[in-house]
Amino acid sequence: MRGTAPPPFERFFEANRGTVLRFLTVAVGPQEADDVAQETFLAALRAYPKVRDDGRLDRWILTIASRKAIDHHRGTKRRAAPVAAVPEGRDQAVAPPDEPDAELWMAVRALPPAQRVAVVLRHVLDRPYDEIARVTDSTVEAARANVYQGMKKLKERIR
Amino acid sequence: MTKNELAGLAGTKAEAERRAADLAPAFAQAAWREGLIDVALADLESPIGRLTVAVTPRGLARIVFESEDRDAELERLSRLISPRVLAAARAADDVRRELDEYFDGARRRFDLKLDRRLMSPFARDVLAATARVGYGHLATYGEIASRIGRPKAARAVGAALGSNPIPIVVPCHRVIGAGGRLTGYAGGLPRKEALLRLEGSLVE
Repeated sequence: MRGTAPPPFERFFEANRGTVLRFLTVAVGPQEADDVAQETFLAALRAYPKVRDDGRLDRWILTIASRKAIDHHRGTKRRAAPVAAVPEGRDQAVAPPDEPDAELWMAVRALPPAQRVAVVLRHVLDRPYDEIARVTDSTVEAARANVYQGMKKLKERIR
Repeated sequence: MTKNELAGLAGTKAEAERRAADLAPAFAQAAWREGLIDVALADLESPIGRLTVAVTPRGLARIVFESEDRDAELERLSRLISPRVLAAARAADDVRRELDEYFDGARRRFDLKLDRRLMSPFARDVLAATARVGYGHLATYGEIASRIGRPKAARAVGAALGSNPIPIVVPCHRVIGAGGRLTGYAGGLPRKEALLRLEGSLVE
């Protein structure tokens, strides 16, 4: 095993919770972000005794957060499947139509989860492609393609 | 659509930090309930300044005075017990209540469970003997040394008391030098004096 023992969780939590919350606010929606952030850090706490500090624990927590975001969307889809009409989900209720960002939120919500996560990592958190690839457990090419396709769709819907 | 507008959806970094800090107590509560915190921290106010207490599932492990290096102590707890160290105020409810009662003069002995993992085997013996020095009483280093069957080890006893991880509750402040000098205290002599005055052992 490489790296040293991790810092006290308290310090790790304080250093990363803001970034995780910003990521999830756009990746799953403002109303759901709090719950998914809690799930993310609980998962981190469960794994923490075995984690080694390679100096990039910020990347580790974003990997967990990305997985939780994708899982969240899968779960939402499954729960929504038997219903014909799109239910009034909490996520939908966040931005009323008269809000300036309403159109952009609708476009972001319409993205496939993998593209949404990749776009947020790139353009909200400013992460480089090689890091997005690691965090989403994919290749640099796939990360680039997800960001490109996602941004293309957003630009088509928002002019 | 610009990248700035997209980033704007997340709000500012300062807003996110504030929101995340607001969520921290609920997270800590959930983590404690699930048994995921090995060392729970809580900051308590007291007449002798802020006390940071560290509680594990086994009991109270550490009390840190305001004058000590809190970060260094967190590192030590992380290294010696577990890195799952997290602020969780509710985990320290019993400790808070008993300390409040003590400082109000309404409690003369503590009923808290203790986690003695931060004590060396020798320190455990010394501190066990120290715990039997009652409220309002005093003992000398030499007396403690005799009580553990090491009458010549007064200096080692002094060192062990100096390393007491759970001051106040394990009453090392009741141990003084021969001739009545207060000598040292991890929290500084004024705190030792304040505790002894509270207990009526020090009359001006």
